[in-house]
Amino acid sequence: MRYLPLTQPDRDAMLEVIGAASIDDLFVDVPEAARLSGAIHGLPNHASELAVERHMTALARQNTVAGEVPFFLGAGAYRHHVPASVDHLIQRGEFLTAYTPYQPEIAQGTLQMLFEFQTQVARLLGTDVANASMYDGSTACWEAIGMARRITRKSKAILSGGLHPHYVSVAKTMAKYTGDTLETATPQLTADTDIDTLIASIDAETSCVVVQYPDILGRIADLTPLADACHAHKALLIAVVTEPVALGAIRSPGEMDADIVVGEGQSIGVGLQFGGPYVGLMGCKEKYIRQMPGRFCGETVDANGKRGFVLTLSTREQHIRREKATSNICTNSGLCALAFSIHMTLLGEAGLRRLAGINHAGACRAADRLAQVPGVELVTQSFFNEFTLKLPTEARPVVRTLADRGILAGVSLGRLYPDEAGLANGLIVAVTETTTAEDVETLAAALEEVLA
Amino acid sequence: MSRYFTEDHEWVDVDGDIGTVGISEYAQGQLGDIVFVDVPEDGKALSKGDEAAVVESVKAASDVYSPVSGNVLEGNTALADDPSLVNSDAEGEGWFFKITLSDPSELETLMDETAYEAFVAKL
Amino acid sequence: MSINQSGWRPKMTAANGNDAAPTFTGNRALMLEEALIFEIGDTSTTGVDFAEGDVAGSRLGDLSRKAPIGLAGLSEPETIRHYTRLSRQNYAIDLGLFPLGSCTMKHNPRLNEKVARLPGFADVHPLQPVDTVQGALGVINELAVWLIELTGMHGVAMSPKAGAHGELCGILCIKAALEKRGEGHRKVVLVPESAHGTNPATAAFAGFMVEDIPATADGRVDTDALKARLGPDVAAVMITNPNTCGLFERDLKAISDAVHDAGGYVYCDGANFNAIVGRVRPGDLGVDAMHINLHKTFSTPHGGGGPGSGPVVLSEALSPFGPLPFTARMADGHIQLIEEETAGDDHPDTFGRMTAFHGQMGMFTRALTYILSHGADGLRQVAEDAVLNANYVLRSLEGTLDAPFAASGPCMHEAIFSDANLAEGFSTLDVAKGLIDEGFHPMTVYFPLVVHGAMLVEPTETESKAALDQFIGALRSVAERAKAGDTALKSAPHFAPRARLDETLAARKPVLVWKEPPLAQAAE
Repeated sequence: MRYLPLTQPDRDAMLEVIGAASIDDLFVDVPEAARLSGAIHGLPNHASELAVERHMTALARQNTVAGEVPFFLGAGAYRHHVPASVDHLIQRGEFLTAYTPYQPEIAQGTLQMLFEFQTQVARLLGTDVANASMYDGSTACWEAIGMARRITRKSKAILSGGLHPHYVSVAKTMAKYTGDTLETATPQLTADTDIDTLIASIDAETSCVVVQYPDILGRIADLTPLADACHAHKALLIAVVTEPVALGAIRSPGEMDADIVVGEGQSIGVGLQFGGPYVGLMGCKEKYIRQMPGRFCGETVDANGKRGFVLTLSTREQHIRREKATSNICTNSGLCALAFSIHMTLLGEAGLRRLAGINHAGACRAADRLAQVPGVELVTQSFFNEFTLKLPTEARPVVRTLADRGILAGVSLGRLYPDEAGLANGLIVAVTETTTAEDVETLAAALEEVLA
Repeated sequence: MSRYFTEDHEWVDVDGDIGTVGISEYAQGQLGDIVFVDVPEDGKALSKGDEAAVVESVKAASDVYSPVSGNVLEGNTALADDPSLVNSDAEGEGWFFKITLSDPSELETLMDETAYEAFVAKL
Repeated sequence: MSINQSGWRPKMTAANGNDAAPTFTGNRALMLEEALIFEIGDTSTTGVDFAEGDVAGSRLGDLSRKAPIGLAGLSEPETIRHYTRLSRQNYAIDLGLFPLGSCTMKHNPRLNEKVARLPGFADVHPLQPVDTVQGALGVINELAVWLIELTGMHGVAMSPKAGAHGELCGILCIKAALEKRGEGHRKVVLVPESAHGTNPATAAFAGFMVEDIPATADGRVDTDALKARLGPDVAAVMITNPNTCGLFERDLKAISDAVHDAGGYVYCDGANFNAIVGRVRPGDLGVDAMHINLHKTFSTPHGGGGPGSGPVVLSEALSPFGPLPFTARMADGHIQLIEEETAGDDHPDTFGRMTAFHGQMGMFTRALTYILSHGADGLRQVAEDAVLNANYVLRSLEGTLDAPFAASGPCMHEAIFSDANLAEGFSTLDVAKGLIDEGFHPMTVYFPLVVHGAMLVEPTETESKAALDQFIGALRSVAERAKAGDTALKSAPHFAPRARLDETLAARKPVLVWKEPPLAQAAE
């Protein structure tokens, strides 16, 4: 087997050193009854690279590839162009096959990268500090709710109706076991966000308000009044950003005084990958760092006075604090954080702002065109690169029909909210720099046909 | 004023009904470089043995238990800026919090300085 | 605009106490120093070219960004050089043996990387209509089948994002099962002292009280103490098998039976599954839930700290409570995605969703490729060679280093040593740092907590005998120096990109993001 370097003479020589007659002697502690005598049921023996690649390629071919069709899906995962350098660099073995940097003297590459990543993320989110990544946006969102509970010592969280329904589901799952109370809502197919409703519902028991920006329907609104209302009740404002490219065009939640900002970093550097691995972004005000989950990289000096970096504030974490840790997270999303950081370095501020501008301009043009389709109404008025249409009929079957024609038209609200009849006609459409004018025209023309 | 110790290496100085609490010189030596101290909020009610504070070195976090019952008068804010005070002067400037004793008879269960020294010598 | 307006650069040549012959740049031939992107880049540089055209925004309301963000950009050549230079300051499996106990740092096959990047897997959106992603769902389903077969369990939850997330999944299944039985009052989870820190952290998160179970002198769980503690308040036992001392828990089946008799469940931490894959099925030992770190046993790359993937195999008793979403293969071969919408009919007892989408697809493709490459015979050989290599290290070094459980019989996939026979004033840390100078990543140190000054060595099956011999020679040499009191070890490493770093300073005055230096420094 090509990945196993020991030869039979090696094994024999090693057994002799050990003083064992056979490999089985090394498994004496495994009770007889627990030993598997035969092979794994149904699993063939080892296979060549060629054979395995053939099998996997056949599976891959059964999927419709986003880049090969007119493609308009968003709702928490976005298709952006990732420069070729990114994938080249993350495949360098010294990054790809390194471990968590617990031995800093021989892990400065990963550590410096994490320090740069934390700085990039904090600046992008508008927070004082950021951690070295979480699993993804949805789990980061949940962790932020738990963090707010620890900081405020209150446990009622109010979740905006504009928060991604899967993020809400994750929070609901966890809240069942932590005793948090969640107030949730479903979005309305209107141009306005639910910020006024949220402000009205904050009371003395509220630990935090969780609001997505831009929200699930693509809407954006100033968070400042919401932050003020939270702070008046000693509650925290948690902002969730599922499309970080947006922050190249619009003010960051931190600038609007959000206390904790979490995000899904997939848009920058990380491909769609059918949902994972992604990279959770998490930043907060400096005064809350001791309640943050996850790893931090910090600057220090070595014994010779040279600048260097180490993992720090580890006493918050499970390997030291065990049952009193801020979270049980251990492995995070290091390589995706690297991809994010490289892509962000290539973009720089100028590139990110240009990229955001292209996304927004394309989305505006697409919204105008699609709103001309008879019976189609543009719900979202203020948006970045994603907007919601109201079709004259249920959107879900329309999406399926268009998929059969080789067009991935967007995410129907029926898929995300199957129990909400009032949302069934909604279709979320995302437009990025990868979307061409022809793609938009193809979608518009197909919609006209299907809806006619 | 008299000083008492616990088996968990806290000390308390008692002056009237006010106690000043910290960790012993021996404890700071065991912990190594202290990097962070979390002291209790003013007014917090503590029972003897409650977790009152947390003291952290780079690789360890330890709970500090209140040696007596009472209400916290104040935490030592100087430790936030300079936690190394616990290393340099554990039984002086490195105090953690002051507490109003609700039951001075609890002091009888604690060790005096001589007893504590003997206790540490056996560890 | 320049971010770093002062023009300040870190002084690479400053304070190099060890450097006999300082260089102008601070570099030492191939050992190249690299400043931060914020020190070498600026906000007007970009390494990406975009299409021309008007991008005037019109629908941002009053939220249009006014203030600068402060993100440094580099051209493409500078970017490649920056990260290439950084990469060279890392140790990695590709460079040498990586003996981190409990972490299973094995070779990462490149076929797996190639497959994961096939557009049919890499460029697919998680919310595409299920008819357009049958191959992706097929990967999840096929991997699930093999994980179930390899563990002898009944079901598997694929969505957990890493080992600790998987632990949480398993514990939440247990909690849901207890509540369904009306026994939500069972609040205690028993965890051996030698457990990974994630175990108690996970149980505590789910609202359980954690109680330690002691170990016996031979490094295993104290079965009598454990059985004595069982009762109507115990929800579950979390056991690692093979355990973190590198030993197989011989009594696990008996423990499982006792736990089940007492109405509890058995959670097995599968971090060390590499030792038994293809030879032992946890399902045959009475385990109810076990997470599998795909980034350990199934070789998906660690990537400097992630991403991982932590599918959880479940017993028949716990499978109904597993999380959403999951896949189900229909009679006609079509694969269905069971989400909230359809769960009500088919999976009413699910505890809910743990993450936004379907789990770590990019890791699933790699792990499935790995499993198919090895096949049934190869996987069994993996466990055998991993155990053989660890025992070879143990027996080659037990005469040099204290090996606390050497008399307990063969170890499994990892060998444990302690600092017991080092010279006065020398510790495990010094041995670890000395190994760095020998060109090796140190072993896991100070874990498990049940062994004082523990050194946990896991060579894995992908090391040749020659590589093991060199490692053994290096560790023996460093250990002999530590036993002889060689003070040079106290300041090791001497040849790494950095000497020992001041972790106290980092923790006392945390600097977690780069800030522009004061302009005054430019004048220095």
